[in-house]
Amino acid sequence: MDNKKPINLTLKVWRQQNTNSDGKFVEYDAKTVSPDASFLEMLDAVNEEIIKKGDEPISFDHDCREGICGSCGFMINGNAHGPQKGTTICQLHMRNFKDGEKLVLEPWSAKAFPIMKDLMVDRTAFDRIISSGGFISTNTGSAAEANSTPIPKPDADEAFLSAACIGCGACVASCKNASAALFTSAKISHLAHLPQGAVEKDKRALDMVAQMDAEGFGACTSTGACSAACPKEISLINIAKMNREYLRASITKKQEMAGGGEG
Amino acid sequence: MLDFLKSTVGRKYIMGLTGLVWMGFVLAHMAGNMLILFSTDAFNAYGHAIVSNKPLLFVAETVLLLTLIVHVTTAISLTIENRAAKKSRYAVQPTGVKSTSWASRNMGFQGSLILCFIILHLITFKYGAHYETTVNGVVMRDLAKLMFEVFTQPGYVIWYVVCLILLMFHLSHGVHSVFQSFGFLERKMQAGLKTFAWIYALIVVGGFLSQPLYVFFIHQ
Ligand code: HEM
Ligand code: SF4
Ligand code: FES
Repeated sequence: MDNKKPINLTLKVWRQQNTNSDGKFVEYDAKTVSPDASFLEMLDAVNEEIIKKGDEPISFDHDCREGICGSCGFMINGNAHGPQKGTTICQLHMRNFKDGEKLVLEPWSAKAFPIMKDLMVDRTAFDRIISSGGFISTNTGSAAEANSTPIPKPDADEAFLSAACIGCGACVASCKNASAALFTSAKISHLAHLPQGAVEKDKRALDMVAQMDAEGFGACTSTGACSAACPKEISLINIAKMNREYLRASITKKQEMAGGGEG
Repeated sequence: MLDFLKSTVGRKYIMGLTGLVWMGFVLAHMAGNMLILFSTDAFNAYGHAIVSNKPLLFVAETVLLLTLIVHVTTAISLTIENRAAKKSRYAVQPTGVKSTSWASRNMGFQGSLILCFIILHLITFKYGAHYETTVNGVVMRDLAKLMFEVFTQPGYVIWYVVCLILLMFHLSHGVHSVFQSFGFLERKMQAGLKTFAWIYALIVVGGFLSQPLYVFFIHQ
């Protein structure tokens, strides 16, 4: 796109002091925004103006600004991470917007993600899901030669695609049920595809689904909103894999037995 | 196993399993009823054959009733929890590549009307006026006569058309969703499944729609 003309926007931003206070929308002007700026750079400039006026700047999460850490994210006109597919908000550029557009910015909405301030939500529920089973317990030592553990290419590919999840929470945010199925299933299927992860796959599926439910996320109704909003385009087939892993694990649940060795 | 049935994932298997029973039923019910387009005697004889096989009828009716009750109660429990999990709706709804289908977002609404429909439908036909006729020397219920009576009334025809269109949407999403719920979904199936679900929905609903419309516009 050659059009380098700066644009002007109106932002309607959700402002909320803390988790327990009531929030409201406040309007701001974003003037002479370069189409080359990222969405967060545009917000930085708006914040400068707010600070100059002596008001409190808009809070939003961010860290790497490279689309890899999963910190950023909020809703732009009802779209998690904005209108462009496969993009985090930090990698979204202002050339995607037209001069004079009005953008409504809202924080992720989910009971399990309480609002901390403005556009920032508390996503520690995701951390607790990961701690419930999103890991392997064996010590793999220092990095081994990559090909010493043979993994069929299709499995390695699927594992890599699932491992791309950055834990941003857009899947929950875009889902009308605030379901964490895509996030949870990405981790379950990532590890189940690999020999290092497969030994614990039953326990992992049971524990992670139980934690996901305990956190108060809703159930999946296969609307596909999650995968459409996901900056890493995690596929719905992960949810299918989680469901069958969970079913199998529920049926074949093993018990630890006395006299089975000290382990 | 109790944990499984209480979990969100387990209840999806229940929704899917019970939905699958009804998916099969609506297809068979539609196919059988197509006889009305060709011969009233054949249609009545078909209905008679079904009610004459008492043990089979009992099993089929019990399975259908139980699966419907489970489908509806599970739908209610999931819908309540899902609403609670979403703290508030956004001020703006998504459009474009990140939007979802109307059918997938309104399964509960469609289902509720389908439930009303099923109840009224049973009152109208199963427990409706009992006429008799004789086909090949056998005295049997004249359901065709009742059907002609009902579907010559515009109000009934409109109600049927509306409910069937909702069923079409319910199936167009449900038939594809059930594969994901059951864990059958694979990467290469994704696009084909949506098409399959729509074809299934259109066959069932197209067939059903032809019956009242035939009676209303052609038969009389
Ligand atoms: C002819 C009758 C019906 C058929 C063939 C049918 C079929 C289905 C199927 C196949 C699904 C997808 C399940 C899955 O994703 O695993 C589904 C979901 C659903 N059905 Fe039905 N259904 C019928 C009647 C009803 C009724 C009477 C209601 C309720 C009041 C209802 C409410 C729902 C809801 C809310 C869902 C979405 C639940 C979810 O995805 O978790 N359905 N249905
Ligand atoms: S699945 Fe996608 S949308 Fe969900 S947390 Fe992971 S990267 Fe974000
Ligand atoms: S700030 Fe790291 S992904 Fe956006």
